[in-house]
Amino acid sequence: MIISPELFQQIIFYLFATFTIGSAMAVVTVKNTIYSALFLVLCFFNTAVLWLLIEAEFLAITLVLVYVGAVMVLFLFVVMMLDVKQVKASQLKQSYTKAALLIAAAMLVQLMILFAYKLSDQIPSNELVRQEQGYSNVAEVGATLFTQYVYPFEIAAVILLVAIVAAIMLTMRKREGNKQIDASKQININPAERLRVVSMKAEKATTQAQNEEEES
Amino acid sequence: MIETLKFLIFDNLVYILAIVLGVILTVAYLTYFERKVIAFMHVRMGPNRVGPRGLLQPFADVLKLLTKEIIFPKNANKFLFLIAPIITLATAFAAWAVVPFDDGWVLADINAGLVYVLAMTSLGVYGVIIAGWASNSKYALLGALRSAAQIVSYEIAMGFALVGVLVAAGTLNLSDIVRAQEGGVINWYLWPLLPLFVIYYISGVAETNRAPFDVAEGESEIVAGFHVEYSGAAFALFFLGEYANMIIISALTAIMFLGGWYSPFTGDSWIAQPSIFWFLAKTSIFLYAYFWFRASLPRYRYDQIMRLGWKVFIPITIVWIMVVAVMKVYHVGPWWN
Repeated sequence: MIISPELFQQIIFYLFATFTIGSAMAVVTVKNTIYSALFLVLCFFNTAVLWLLIEAEFLAITLVLVYVGAVMVLFLFVVMMLDVKQVKASQLKQSYTKAALLIAAAMLVQLMILFAYKLSDQIPSNELVRQEQGYSNVAEVGATLFTQYVYPFEIAAVILLVAIVAAIMLTMRKREGNKQIDASKQININPAERLRVVSMKAEKATTQAQNEEEES
Repeated sequence: MIETLKFLIFDNLVYILAIVLGVILTVAYLTYFERKVIAFMHVRMGPNRVGPRGLLQPFADVLKLLTKEIIFPKNANKFLFLIAPIITLATAFAAWAVVPFDDGWVLADINAGLVYVLAMTSLGVYGVIIAGWASNSKYALLGALRSAAQIVSYEIAMGFALVGVLVAAGTLNLSDIVRAQEGGVINWYLWPLLPLFVIYYISGVAETNRAPFDVAEGESEIVAGFHVEYSGAAFALFFLGEYANMIIISALTAIMFLGGWYSPFTGDSWIAQPSIFWFLAKTSIFLYAYFWFRASLPRYRYDQIMRLGWKVFIPITIVWIMVVAVMKVYHVGPWWN
């Protein structure tokens, strides 16, 4: 049996696309929160593979690095720390499902409008534009990001920084009786402040034998 | 189809097997070397019973571990419990795909090699976290949480150190980074990036959970941390993954800061020729340093580890990236002539 490269690529695409959608569905349907987080990791992975298929290797690896390697680790960390109880189906409020469906439908309509009207002339109609071997899309992404889109990029970075600082400020609190150690104080400690070397006269050694002698 | 098969088997599978078997054998003798080095520093003999000078000790250990029973703790999640060591090992091996051993001796010469390595080494933490959670043991969970916080913190310092290398070399391709350091010991990035070099290596030690940053295992506090419930072959996989990660951190330090396969000498003599032996020798230096640390340094306290990562390493790397950028713009020699 001979499989042409195009067919092979399509098979791979549909395989990983199925995995992506399947794991995304599993994220919201499984009861265990840890499983949810792990399925989200799987979903990111499969998305990265799909991006690799359209030759966006830098974006694919960055997705794995940032979302799987850092964000999801913190997610799992929090989920494990909190020890979330398994939710039974009866405890779920029906209104959530309705609201979620409404939001999903709205997003779908928005996407359809975007692709049908706004981007219809920008999307390549038949084939993916392929670059020759050795083409570095890292350099390309970097050049575009730091020339054409430098202001949005920098503004987004500052907004993220502000968000981080704000989040830390919100969670920081001084408790009464906190015995936290100041590391710089510990490192800069001077032995002279803590130790007092006492000079003493040498005492005469008293052994067992001498004691007995004195007693007798 | 035949062409594709030929390509898959001869151009990929053989190389993959060569790398994996090489790494596994290196790990086996690394354990022997570690025990001998530490024994030497403790004025002991080290392993000397199995085979001549104890040289067959690693194989005895492997056989012992493989024949032992894998015990599942009560209420442990069996699937996750088994898959955790596999994740650790797979990510440790996957990173080797882009490591250049010599000029052109690389399995996948991809443009985003540096980011790929960072991504793969950061995935290793999943093995630790999943193992800790699936074991259904408080010590294992504590170890996993410690490890997660530690790896995420040190990854930032590590990433910033790599940004410095990236600025210096102007490429993410590991082979090109080595080629940018051609021409003797002076041209290595070790000198202009000295603080980043030190920080990268120390973060690497923290990232692989080795002493003095091995609080994830911390025998005296939490028994053996995340792998306390593991036995037999599953434990062996964790062991293998940890040592494979150590080798890759050492290899990357050699590639990015010590000029990979290039000789420190200049001229036309045989000793100045670039070869894989230089790369292996440079890697060995850092592997030895791992054992040196373990034999001579006490374990860090947990809050001090966090302080070192966030308040010392990250500011230094950010400042030094600026310094490197300025040096590069003004073509400071001999690196950026």
